[in-house]
Amino acid sequence: MEYILIFITAIFVNNIVLSQFLGICPFLGVSKKVSTASGMGAAVTFVLVLATIVTYLIQHYVLNPNGLQYLQTIAFILVIAALVQMVEIILKKVSPSLYQALGVFLPLITTNCCILGVAILVIQKDYDLLQGIVYAASTALGFALAMVVFAGLREQLQFSKVPKPFDGMPIALITAGLLAMAFMGFSGVDGGLSRLFGL
Amino acid sequence: MVVVLTLITIVAGAALAYVNYATSAQIEKIKAENLAKGIKQVMGVDLNADFQYTTEEVGDYTFYRSDLGTAIQSTTNGFGGALKVLVGFDKEGTVLGYTILEHSETPGLGAKASEWFQKGQKGDITGKNPGTANFTVSKDGGDIDAITASTITSRAFLLAVQNAYEELNKQQQPDGTSAATQQEGGHDR
Amino acid sequence: MNNFRIILNGIIKENPTFVLLLGMCPTLGTTSSAINGMSMGLATMFVLILSNLIISLIKNLIPDMVRIPSYIVVIASLVTILQMVMQAYVPDIYATLGLFIPLIVVNCIILGRAEAFAAKNNPLASICDGIGIGIGFTLALTLLGAVREFLGTGAIFGFTLQGENYGMLLFVLAPGAFIALGYLIAIVNKMRAQ
Repeated sequence: MEYILIFITAIFVNNIVLSQFLGICPFLGVSKKVSTASGMGAAVTFVLVLATIVTYLIQHYVLNPNGLQYLQTIAFILVIAALVQMVEIILKKVSPSLYQALGVFLPLITTNCCILGVAILVIQKDYDLLQGIVYAASTALGFALAMVVFAGLREQLQFSKVPKPFDGMPIALITAGLLAMAFMGFSGVDGGLSRLFGL
Repeated sequence: MVVVLTLITIVAGAALAYVNYATSAQIEKIKAENLAKGIKQVMGVDLNADFQYTTEEVGDYTFYRSDLGTAIQSTTNGFGGALKVLVGFDKEGTVLGYTILEHSETPGLGAKASEWFQKGQKGDITGKNPGTANFTVSKDGGDIDAITASTITSRAFLLAVQNAYEELNKQQQPDGTSAATQQEGGHDR
Repeated sequence: MNNFRIILNGIIKENPTFVLLLGMCPTLGTTSSAINGMSMGLATMFVLILSNLIISLIKNLIPDMVRIPSYIVVIASLVTILQMVMQAYVPDIYATLGLFIPLIVVNCIILGRAEAFAAKNNPLASICDGIGIGIGFTLALTLLGAVREFLGTGAIFGFTLQGENYGMLLFVLAPGAFIALGYLIAIVNKMRAQ
């Protein structure tokens, strides 16, 4: 039950992009087409889950026992950067087709703040490893959902006449604002669910 | 090239270790001061007064016991995430005061909770005993007025207080030191 | 190039928020009020100036291959120092900005300036670039924060200008961040076109 709650909350209620404001750069940058948006979503899901597992282990088996918590930021970002590189190399060797689909997005992921953000949040929220994985996977799905929906809206937007000053980023931001408003409809659902489950 | 990277990392690590050493005492001090201030505030003690308490962790709750009663830290799910409150009870279980330690409620609206339930405000909970008063919002048949347009936050807040009270009772039941009236089951679940 | 012009360049011509459209996460996430936006801007400026300075000082020592990782180590250390200092001396602001402080590491403005400016220029010019871009970012965040705070609660920097009952709460919430920033960029576009 607890996992269902984490799952629903991370995707809908506290959507990483639309209510937490993490991962805005790829959200605005690679959302012109549904196909690229879903590719980015898949790549983020893959890296996010891996990165959460690795950073969790580092925090609990390297940093905490040695009293090195203050190295958290620096350790996490280096691990994420190295991990992304490794995933890129392994994918290239093992599954060229998957690499073709995700490859171009991988270098962009290191500076995607939702990876580092989620890694730190999992530690802050004091999740255990399984909860952390569920949280990371659901957050990533929430990211992918927001990306794909937003890309769909932007594809339609191309056919509309937009006043000159609003062309490009401004109208995209306003559209994102409307999408965020739609997601606000989910707020409070987690509180209701937790009462329903008696947590 | 590996040497340079290693060197940079070592220098960076050393710098961080030094700053950590230099600031950790101050960080601990601030944390302790804030906690002490919060406890004094919810127990209705003058902020400058000397105040003794003992700390005890009970499950998800933290108890701060003193001569005046117990301050309890309790967490529930609010509108946008965890809502962490510190509530002060006197020996009879009557609410002395409260403070919101952490919330992720809507800024502006949900955050009103830190004022709304204080003494003299509309949703005043101080001086009430969760054993005798019904600590739910009036919409749910309770005795407390909810924050305008923030029923969920209000429910979460009152549940946190109610839970803290029940935990306090549970702790005091076995040796019979509690004078608080035992309540028939919980509500608002 | 004249150092003064470098500073101005960062504030106006290459304003990181309104023109370069970089660092969107903190821009949207921390501007629920003018003071929050300003604190975030200043925190970023601190890291930016120091990272520009350090990187322009050590740029000749770093082999090209490990350039980016070295920059990341420098930036992450500065951010951690900032984190500890803020926690010790301004705990309230630290609590408000929360997660966005460690996330300064992945703010593309900082790595972007290190790569595009500090790695090619002398320390003094790099400091000026850091100041310019930093001020530009701080101004943009303060402006966005002020607009959202005013529309949302009727106050600016905590001073009430109109009754809070007239506030459109939406602007303090997530959707308002996107919408307010969209309109501000549109206004800047309009002004630049003229």
